[in-house]
Amino acid sequence: MTRDSKNFILFRRKLINHVMISATFLATLIAVLPLLFIFYYTISKGISSLNIDFFINMPKPVGETGGGIANAIMGTAILVGIGSAIGLPIGIFAGIYLAEYGNNKFGKIVGLLTDVLSGMPSIVVGVVAYTLVVIPMHHFSAFAGGVALAILMIPTITRTTEEMIKLVPHSYREAGLALGVSQWKTSLIIVFRSAGKGIATGVLLGLARAAGETAPLLFTSLGNRFWSTKIFQPIASLTVYIYKYAQSPFEDWNRQAWAGALVLIFLISLMSLLFKFFTRSKYKKSR
Amino acid sequence: MKLKKTFRKPANSNVGDFIYKNLTMIFAIIVFSLVILMSYEMYIGSELSIKKFGWKFLYTSTWDPVKNVFGGLPSIYGTFITSVLAIIICILLGLGVAIFLSELAPNWLEKPLSFLTELLAGIPSVIYGLWGIFVLVPWLRKVVEPFLIKNFGNLPFFKGAPYGFGILAAALILSVMVLPIISSISRDVLNAVPDSQREAAYALGATRWEVIKITLAYSRTGILGAVMLGFGRAVGETMAVTMVIGNRPIISASLLDPAYTMASVIANEFTEATSDLYISALIELALILFVITILINIAARLLIWRLGNRWDDKR
Amino acid sequence: MKNENVLTNNINLTENKTDNSLSKTKIDVKNLSAFFGKNQVLKKINLTIPENKVLAIIGPSGCGKSTFLRCINRMHEVVNGTTTGKIIFDGKSIYQYDPVVLRRKIGMVFQKPNPFPTMSIFQNAVAGLKLNGLKNKKTLAEIAEKSLRQAALWDEVKDKLNDSGVNISGGQQQRLCIARTLAVNPEVILMDEPASALDPISIAKIEDLILELKKKYTIIIVTHNMQQAARISDSTAFFMTGDLIEFSKTSVMFTNPKEKLTEDYITGRFG
Repeated sequence: MTRDSKNFILFRRKLINHVMISATFLATLIAVLPLLFIFYYTISKGISSLNIDFFINMPKPVGETGGGIANAIMGTAILVGIGSAIGLPIGIFAGIYLAEYGNNKFGKIVGLLTDVLSGMPSIVVGVVAYTLVVIPMHHFSAFAGGVALAILMIPTITRTTEEMIKLVPHSYREAGLALGVSQWKTSLIIVFRSAGKGIATGVLLGLARAAGETAPLLFTSLGNRFWSTKIFQPIASLTVYIYKYAQSPFEDWNRQAWAGALVLIFLISLMSLLFKFFTRSKYKKSR
Repeated sequence: MKLKKTFRKPANSNVGDFIYKNLTMIFAIIVFSLVILMSYEMYIGSELSIKKFGWKFLYTSTWDPVKNVFGGLPSIYGTFITSVLAIIICILLGLGVAIFLSELAPNWLEKPLSFLTELLAGIPSVIYGLWGIFVLVPWLRKVVEPFLIKNFGNLPFFKGAPYGFGILAAALILSVMVLPIISSISRDVLNAVPDSQREAAYALGATRWEVIKITLAYSRTGILGAVMLGFGRAVGETMAVTMVIGNRPIISASLLDPAYTMASVIANEFTEATSDLYISALIELALILFVITILINIAARLLIWRLGNRWDDKR
Repeated sequence: MKNENVLTNNINLTENKTDNSLSKTKIDVKNLSAFFGKNQVLKKINLTIPENKVLAIIGPSGCGKSTFLRCINRMHEVVNGTTTGKIIFDGKSIYQYDPVVLRRKIGMVFQKPNPFPTMSIFQNAVAGLKLNGLKNKKTLAEIAEKSLRQAALWDEVKDKLNDSGVNISGGQQQRLCIARTLAVNPEVILMDEPASALDPISIAKIEDLILELKKKYTIIIVTHNMQQAARISDSTAFFMTGDLIEFSKTSVMFTNPKEKLTEDYITGRFG
């Protein structure tokens, strides 16, 4: 190869190097853009509607302006509460089983099925909750919605619990057993003391996700224009509220949808930040 | 001489251990049976529709609740086309982000950016939909679609009125939602490539980008797995899509036209379903979704798992 | 202990005492200090590296030998390390070369063999060439054969050139990495403990290889195995905690070391 063509090839390689590296930086900027957009619009369109009334009132009838999301917030809280009451014990104990005794064929199958479950579209889970709860009960209920949320939470919590327990060094376990503590007590101590923080943050993550779900609630808890805390009756939720009000032709309702969205984003961001705060590493990572 | 038999208790004879092990096993069994139960329930629920329409359900396109005739093709088509388009849009972007975060960004920049992309993943679908209805769709209707019609209107992909709602809107929103999945899994996969590979490339006189190409080649299976997981998520996404896709059971080549996805049919019509057959048809759609997502997820996990096991054989 | 002399030790080996010929200086290291952030790992190293000879670098763990090697082909800066001082290669400072170009002239073989797993043996061998735009299949095949022969690997892999680069034994993988380095036609080869992860037979093969290669190339090899250094090198440098303690002909270093520290290390009193 001539000296000139060698130089040219080198020049071209360096040019491609610079172009591609800039391209990846550009891609990152583009990727972050929608997030900024969404935050901007939600805040700007929603903030004007936030006042005390909004938080303590029920929705007004069609045609009247004003109204609030009090029942929706309560509903979401109840639904997430029911979901946790069912999903947390199942998820945590199943996770403990997988971590402590799961090193066999059954454990591997359960692990695979957990992963399968985590990829399940939420609407499919809603349909299942419908067939499992709504049909036998002959009506929609908060309980059905809670069951759907529980099913959605279980895979995340199981996996997180399992992984957090597995992260605890084996030497802790050996120390406990060597002292003559029975296996189950050792395990519980490890779960609560060492893995506890990680598990708690996994739970927080699961709760945040559950609070943001809409699809499965559409035909399980349905929705309710009135204040209700009855578990076996339909109940309102923040997400369904946003959905219905966004699609309505009334501008006043659209405005309220944005406000509701702002409240929801705020709640979820709060949980995410807590999650990040609790999982931050105390030690600086060296590259 | 008789040897004294030493009485030895088996290791786990402790009652507590017994209860603990079996209690936790019960919960594991619950998780196990959950999936089985779900499949069973959906199969039973869709039996009516399966018996009536058989395989035709998958390829007939009449979705008529009034006449009680249900063909799944429009919604299957809609699901497929919006998801594929979404992946096409965000695969290069997602890879670009993953490369930047894993190989190029300095620590102080990488952490907040990673956090931001993961925050994107945490935004509820319904809020994406809200933003879609009031920001994205009007922009498409007023700016983008007229532009496309003017300049590419002769292509079948861009025929029709600038409605705003439709396949294009749904694909764009889906791509925003799927991007964080592709980018964070790919980033993890890239981070797992051993430094010795990069060193080997540098030592041969490679430029930084060429070193990155080698890293990409090494992790291509894992990246493919990430893309598949993203695709699986797109297929099952409901709310945001429902709110912007126009909800019309038609099959059209044009991106400007409205359409239907399996998830949005179920979301829209489930509470309105009047007859048993109607509900059964909707449950059958859910079953199809269920099967598709299971297959995609298993395939994706196998790919990512295989990457971890591949290079250990000759070390 | 004569520590004052250690830091200004500047023995020039441009006279080869056994065959009375003058060896050209290939690389001249002047007052090289290396840092990781504020942490100093090399302290004012002065060394000249003669052409077509093997220089062995020995010393206990953490003494800076690998860092020294990586300063020469500017790999140190890839991990955000900094240096002061000069390294002159063929009359020019290494910082005046484009690092991409420099690393083709100064190749490197690593401790753990690192062939590219997604490429075949053939593709691995010519990986460096393809980066430089060489596409001619015939030329690539010729160079591949030539470098695999030079690395004493050709006979063992000539029938399976399209097999994956990792489907061969560790010793073969390391020789493949050497072939890969040779294919780009460097002038200097840096070797960072190239045989320490291998079995005894592979070690012997690689040592024979080095003795053969030095006819054409200048070789610097870091090793923790002193017998190895004694077997294959012409000169030896002994490092400790970032200082160059002693630098002399191998035959002299191992029979009559000047510094007490050197003597202690060689006789195994520490390290």
